[in-house]
Amino acid sequence: MRMFERRQLVTPGDLLAEGDYIAGENTYKEGNRIYSQKLGLVDFDDKKVFVVPLRGRYIPKVGDIVVGQVTDVSLNGWSVDINSPYKAVLSVPDVTGKSFSPKLDSLTKILGVGEVVVGKITAFDRTRDPTLTIKGAGLGKVGDGLIVNLTPTKVPRLIGRKGSMINILKRETGCEIIVGQNGRILIRGRDSKKVELVVEAIRMIEEQAHISGLTDRIKNFLKTGKGD
Amino acid sequence: MVAIQKLIDENGLRVDGRRLDELRPIKMEVGLLANADGSAYIEQGRNKIIVAVYGPKEAQPKHIGLHDRAVIRCRYHMAPFSTDERKSPAPSRREIEISKVIREALEPAIFSEYFPRSMVDIFIEVLQSDGGSRCAAITASSLALADAGIPLRDLVVACAVGKIEGKLAVDPSDIEDKLGEADMPVAFIPVLGKISLLQMDGMFTEEEFIEALNMAKNACMKIYELQKQTLKQRYLQIEKEIQETPVQKGEE
Repeated sequence: MRMFERRQLVTPGDLLAEGDYIAGENTYKEGNRIYSQKLGLVDFDDKKVFVVPLRGRYIPKVGDIVVGQVTDVSLNGWSVDINSPYKAVLSVPDVTGKSFSPKLDSLTKILGVGEVVVGKITAFDRTRDPTLTIKGAGLGKVGDGLIVNLTPTKVPRLIGRKGSMINILKRETGCEIIVGQNGRILIRGRDSKKVELVVEAIRMIEEQAHISGLTDRIKNFLKTGKGD
Repeated sequence: MVAIQKLIDENGLRVDGRRLDELRPIKMEVGLLANADGSAYIEQGRNKIIVAVYGPKEAQPKHIGLHDRAVIRCRYHMAPFSTDERKSPAPSRREIEISKVIREALEPAIFSEYFPRSMVDIFIEVLQSDGGSRCAAITASSLALADAGIPLRDLVVACAVGKIEGKLAVDPSDIEDKLGEADMPVAFIPVLGKISLLQMDGMFTEEEFIEALNMAKNACMKIYELQKQTLKQRYLQIEKEIQETPVQKGEE
């Protein structure tokens, strides 16, 4: 038996469903009752019950694209802050593609503290810090652009179903937008007005992520915003 | 201050006009601090408490990190201006003890095993104190944890029951606590049906204890409903505002 409608607001400890259900993300099972772990919107997928959280930290997942900042240079690689409880480790072959000799290369020349990278998580299991690579299409060191922070749990909303939301933003403003799953969004565009428009749209998504019809409101906002 | 002779008058009402099973007025708010990951504010009677939660974040210093779960740290602190006489801002024995019991009251509700090697910081600042500040602090802390998006089994809710002039009274205020015969703070986790804090000052008979525990649970359930409303309030407010503004169609 379902205790809530789809997309209703729930709090930790709310009884979501009772009976033959499977506990999905951000829920837990006690006997045959499923409870919420977080403040968020409940959803059902056949027998699976899950909660889309409204707030929370980013937990790394293998394959995620993240925007990170180098915080430390060590003997064989870099530490990267990826806005999560765990700092990412970036080793030399994942940057240059070749092994490195401390005699010939200087790590700080390749990447210094404070530099921003777009990377991909290659391994993580919570017993060790996540490893990162910046080799691959769309990855690498970032030279220019603007970084905006978004609550990491709201990143899926910014992307939209099959990229619907992010594609609207890109199409309407002509800006290049790289979305890090860790809630850091890199925006590049020639027209600073357009970049501002994207930032405002992201703020809107942040605030209204829990209310349906958001894509239409963003569409409207971009159309009216472009006029002036 | 006028010396109070009787804590319960001939109509069975307490000094502040409450019935024996009546809570003080409670006001709660979440998400009021921009720099913390989660925050909450509570007013319960004359208590004014603000709670900030940070994390889960990298354990700092690293050696305090545990390999199987997150470390929870809790600091209960009373502002120098929170009492009648200035209180030294240095942590007292009482504050250190309360920090520990609050942490232990909250820990069973947190899925700390999801974040090994990390830590969660809870900062509780009492701006103005009345009786039962540890209970109000627990209630507010679980709100702040939920606001930070930390996975919880349930919200933790706490309330005290006191004995004044031989009668059991829920949620004693400062004066009732000081002049009364007993005070028993209880923290309750409703979904699990578990009590995570149980302390007692003074004496109860066995019957009184059982009765007091039931009164505390009932009072907790009332506060629990308020907690849930408070968490949803902010989001429902935004939703209402949006639905009231009509959607204009594109102006092309």
